Amino acid sequence: MPFVANSNADRAAMLAAVGVKDMDELFADIPAARRFPRLDLPEALSELEALREVEALAAKNVTASTCAWFLGAGAYNHFIPAVVGAIASRGEFLTAYTPYQPEVSQGTLQAIFEYQSMAAELFGMEVVNASHYDGATALAEAVLMAWHNAPSRDTVLIPAALHPEYKDVIRTYFSAFPVKVEEYRGDPSKAPLSDKVFGLVSAYPEFEGELRDLAPASAAAHAAGALSIVQVDPIMCGILKSPGALGADIVVAEGQALGNAMNYGGPFLGMMGATSKLVRKMPGRIVGEAKDHEGRKGFVLTLSAREQHIRREKAVSNICSNQGLVMLQACVYLAAMGKGGLCAVARLCWDKAHYAAGRIGAIPGFKVENGAFFKEFLVRTPVPAEALSEKLSRRCVVPGLPLSRYYPERKNELLVCVTEACTKAQIDLLVQSLTEASK
Amino acid sequence: MNIDKSARYRTSHEFARKDGAEFVAGISDHAQESLGDIVFVELPEVGKTIKQGETFGVVESVKAASDLYMPMSGRITAVNGDLAGDPALVNKDCYAKGWMIRFAPANPPEWDGLLDAAAYEKEAGKE
Amino acid sequence: MNLKPEPLVFEVSAPGRIAVSLPKGDTPSYPLPPGLVRTELKLPELDELTVVRHFTRLSQKNFSIDTDFYPLGSCTMKYNPKANEVAAGLPGFRNTHPLVGEEFSQGALELVHRLQSMLAEIGGFKAVSLQPAAGAHGELAGVFMIRAYHLSRGDAKRTKILIPDSAHGTNPASCTMAGLEALTLPSNAEGGVDMEALKAGLDAAAGEVAGIMITNPNTLGLFERNIEEIARLVHEAGGLVYGDGANMNALTGVFKPGESGIDVMHFNLHKTFSTPHGGGGPGSGMVGAGDRLAAFLPGPVAVEKGERYALEMPAKSIGRMKAFYGNFGVLVRAYTYIRMLGPNGLRRVAENAVLNANYLKVRIEKVFPLKYSRRCMHEFVAMGDIAPGIHTLDIAKRLIDYGIHPPTIYFPLIVPEALMVEPTETESLATLDEFVRVMTLIAQEAKTRPELLHAAPTTTPIGRLDEVAAARSPVLCYRA
Repeated sequence: MPFVANSNADRAAMLAAVGVKDMDELFADIPAARRFPRLDLPEALSELEALREVEALAAKNVTASTCAWFLGAGAYNHFIPAVVGAIASRGEFLTAYTPYQPEVSQGTLQAIFEYQSMAAELFGMEVVNASHYDGATALAEAVLMAWHNAPSRDTVLIPAALHPEYKDVIRTYFSAFPVKVEEYRGDPSKAPLSDKVFGLVSAYPEFEGELRDLAPASAAAHAAGALSIVQVDPIMCGILKSPGALGADIVVAEGQALGNAMNYGGPFLGMMGATSKLVRKMPGRIVGEAKDHEGRKGFVLTLSAREQHIRREKAVSNICSNQGLVMLQACVYLAAMGKGGLCAVARLCWDKAHYAAGRIGAIPGFKVENGAFFKEFLVRTPVPAEALSEKLSRRCVVPGLPLSRYYPERKNELLVCVTEACTKAQIDLLVQSLTEASK
Repeated sequence: MNIDKSARYRTSHEFARKDGAEFVAGISDHAQESLGDIVFVELPEVGKTIKQGETFGVVESVKAASDLYMPMSGRITAVNGDLAGDPALVNKDCYAKGWMIRFAPANPPEWDGLLDAAAYEKEAGKE
Repeated sequence: MNLKPEPLVFEVSAPGRIAVSLPKGDTPSYPLPPGLVRTELKLPELDELTVVRHFTRLSQKNFSIDTDFYPLGSCTMKYNPKANEVAAGLPGFRNTHPLVGEEFSQGALELVHRLQSMLAEIGGFKAVSLQPAAGAHGELAGVFMIRAYHLSRGDAKRTKILIPDSAHGTNPASCTMAGLEALTLPSNAEGGVDMEALKAGLDAAAGEVAGIMITNPNTLGLFERNIEEIARLVHEAGGLVYGDGANMNALTGVFKPGESGIDVMHFNLHKTFSTPHGGGGPGSGMVGAGDRLAAFLPGPVAVEKGERYALEMPAKSIGRMKAFYGNFGVLVRAYTYIRMLGPNGLRRVAENAVLNANYLKVRIEKVFPLKYSRRCMHEFVAMGDIAPGIHTLDIAKRLIDYGIHPPTIYFPLIVPEALMVEPTETESLATLDEFVRVMTLIAQEAKTRPELLHAAPTTTPIGRLDEVAAARSPVLCYRA
C-alpha cells in the first residue's frame, strides 16, 4: 500500500491499543448504512503507469515549449531562470505549512519579507501583502478594501477595457452588496467621478494594450475623494514609472509573469500593495520584523487582528490559504533578476513588441489600434481573428487572442503579445504566416 | 479592578465621563486587562455623529480585536491622537491618558441609563 | 536547522551583479515614452551562487514534512507523493495557456473532466466545479450559491446562516463576503451540534434561514452523528446545508457526504488529495453540489461533447470566482494521486488517518486531558495547561526543542488551551510512539522543571519573538 506506513501487524496492534476489534468498529460513529460505500473509480495504477497516463494527456496540449508564442491576455510566457525551480522545489520550502510557528519558519518568513520589500519597490508602494489567488481576485479584494475605506459611497468605476474575466470576478465578489460596478471608456481621468465613487480602477496597461500616464487619473480620483486602484504589469515596472509614482493608493498585479509557468491558468499569484495608511484595511497575510528577548532579529506574521481566524464575521476578508509557493518563486525571480535583469527583460519585451507591431501594421489589411502599449497590442485583422488563430496554431504559431472569445461581435480583432521569449525569427514567421493566412 | 468612580459604563466595557458640556469615553480597566497588550486603536473622524450602541472604533491586541460601542449618542469633537503612536497608553492609564474620544451628547438623558461604578464593578466581576 | 543569521537579499547585494543570463536584443531599439521612464529601481544585485546559497540557507531555517513530524491539527500535513510534482511539471501542462483554445488543450480539459467525475463519485455529488482556488474560496462560492438559489425562487428574505461555535473562522468570514449574516450555534456536551439550540435557532429565524454550515468531521475531530437529522431540520425550515470538507481526509471511501443531505460542499483538494502546502499555498477548493444547487456552480466547468471536451458555464452559475479554470497545477496532482490510490487506496488513507489519530489519542490523553473524549476521526483536541503556570504555548514551544512541529494551538476556540493533533495516515507507528514519548517527557518537565518550557525553544535561530512590539510599530519592508 503506497503512502501509508503502517504494516498489517502495526494496524492490528494499534486497533487493539484503541480497544476496537476492527475498522468497522473504529468507524462506528458513521451510520452503518452509509459506511464504506462502493467507489466507482478506476483501479489503482503504479507510479510508472500513472505517470504514463498523465504524460499522454499532457502530450495532447499545444504548448509554448514547441510553438512560436504570441498569446498573453493575462497569462504570460516569460523566461524562468533555472534557479527559481531549484529553490522552490526544496522540500523545506515546498512541504512547510503557513508560518504560524515563527521559530521554525524563519526561512519562509524571511522570504516573504523579502518578497514584500522587492514588490513594494517595484510598485512604488509602502506595503505589499502575501498574497492573493490571482490578479483577478486581488483586484476584486482591492475594490472591497476601497469600499470598506469609504462605506458611505456606493460606486466603483472600472475600465471597459479591463480583462473581461477580471470584470466577471469583481461582479461575482460584489453580487451580494449594494455597490454599483460601472464601466467607463477611454481615459480614466475623464471617468464620471462623483461623491458616490469610492474607487477608480485603471489598468497600466489595459487588457487591450493601451498604455497611459495615470497620474491625471489618480489626481482626479483623489479630488473626488476616491481611492486610485491600479492594475499593473509587474514586468513593465522594470522600465516605466511605478503606479505609486503615478499616485496609486492600491496596486494589484498578476504576478505569474515573475518566475511562474502558465500552468493552464493556475496556480498564479495575486499581488497587492497599498499605502501604509491603508494597511489595517488590507486583506491577506503580512510579515513584519520582530525581535526576541535576546534582541535577535526575526520575522513574524503580524497585524493578524484583520484576519478571519481572529475577527471571524468581521474580518476584512475570508482569505486563508494563499499562493505561498508561487510568491516564493516570484521572490527568487526578483532576487535573481535584480535591478539589471528586470530592466533588461522589460526592455526586450518593449523593443520586440514594437518591432512586431511595426511589421504587422505594415501587412496589407492589418492595423495596430493602440496609441501606446508595452508588450501587448490590439490588431485589426482583415479576416476573422478566430480563423487566423486556428489556422496558425495548427502550424505551431500561436498568434494571440481573438477578442471574439470574450466579445462575439468583435470578430476582426487579435490581441498579440510579445515577450523576451520570442525571437526576431519567430516574429518574422508570425508576420509571414499572418500575411499568407489572410490572403 | 480599577474603576473610575466618576464615570459610567456599558456592559460592553466602554466608559463615559462628563467633562464640562461634553463627555470623554474609552474602555475600562477590566477591558484593557482582558484584551492584553493593545497594539492599535482605530478611532472615528472628528465631526462624525454616532448613535448610542453603534461602533465608534476598534481596539486590537495581537490575538484579539474588539469593536468599540458608543456609550451615548453624540458628535465626535476630538480623538486622542497620542494613541496612534503609543496605543499602550490604554493599558497604562485607560481613564486618563488612554482616553479615546470626546463627544458632544445628542441625547444627554442616555447618561442615566448607563451603569454606575458600583453596578459595573458587579457586572464585570461576573466574567 | 541552520542557526546562523542570514542577511536580507538587499544586504548581500553588490552593484552590477546579475544572476541571470539573458539573450541580447535582436530587434531595433524603440524609444521609451519620455514622461513615463523609470529612473530608479532599488532591487538587489546578486550573482547566481549568492542567490542559491541565500535561499538554501533560508530553507534550512524551516521545519517541513520532508524533514520533521508535523502533526498540525486541521491542516492535514501528510506526505505528498513526489510523482505528483513530476506530473504537474510536465511541459504539456506547465507550458500551456488557458486561452489557447479548446481544440488545442484537449489533454488538460480531459484531465479536468475526469477529475470532476472522480470527485463527484468520492463525495456523492451530482456535479463538481474545480474553479475555486482554496478552501475559503470554495466556501465563498458555496454561500454565493445558497444565496443565488433562494433569490432564484424570489425569496430575498433568507439572509441568515447558522454556524456552530467550533467552526473555522473562514465560515463566518465567507458569509459576510456573501452578504449573509452568521448566527452562532453552541456545541453540546459531546462536541456536536446542540440539537435543541439548532431547533430554537431555526424557529427564531423562521423564514430567514438561508442555511447552515457544517464541518464534518468537525474541528474537534468528531463525526457529527446527527448529520442527517440536522440536514432534515434545516431543509424543513427552507434552508440549505453547506458542508465544509476541510476534514475529508477522514472520509475518503468511508462516507459520501453528498448522501447525507449536504447540498453543497467544498474539499480542500490540496490537503486530502495531496499537494504540498508550499508555506501557505497554492490550494484548491473544489465545490460539489447536489440536485438543488448543481446548476449554480461557479464556472466554467469541463463538459464532454461527443468525441471532445469543452468548457461551459453551468446554467444558473454564480459566475467566475477567479480568472480561468482553477489552480490547474493542483488539479494535476490530485488526479495523479487518485489514480495511484484507486478506490481501495483511498479507503485505506482514511482508515489509517483515523487509526493513527485514535492510537495517539488513547496514549496522549493519559498526560494531556481532552475536553471531549469520545472516539475521534483523523484528529483530536487535547489541553495543554497541565501544571501551574504552564500554557499550551509552552508545550508547543518545547516540542520544537525535541524536533517536532507543534500541533495547532488555541483552536478550536471552544476548548481552552487547545492542542489539536492530526498525525495523518502517512506517519509510521514508530513516529507516533516517539511523539508519545516526547509528550510524556514534556508533561513531566512541566511539573518538575517548568523553566525549560518557559524558555523554549532554545534550539532555533531565534527565540520567542515580541509580537506586541512588531504589531505596534510594524516594519513591513526593508529600508536601506
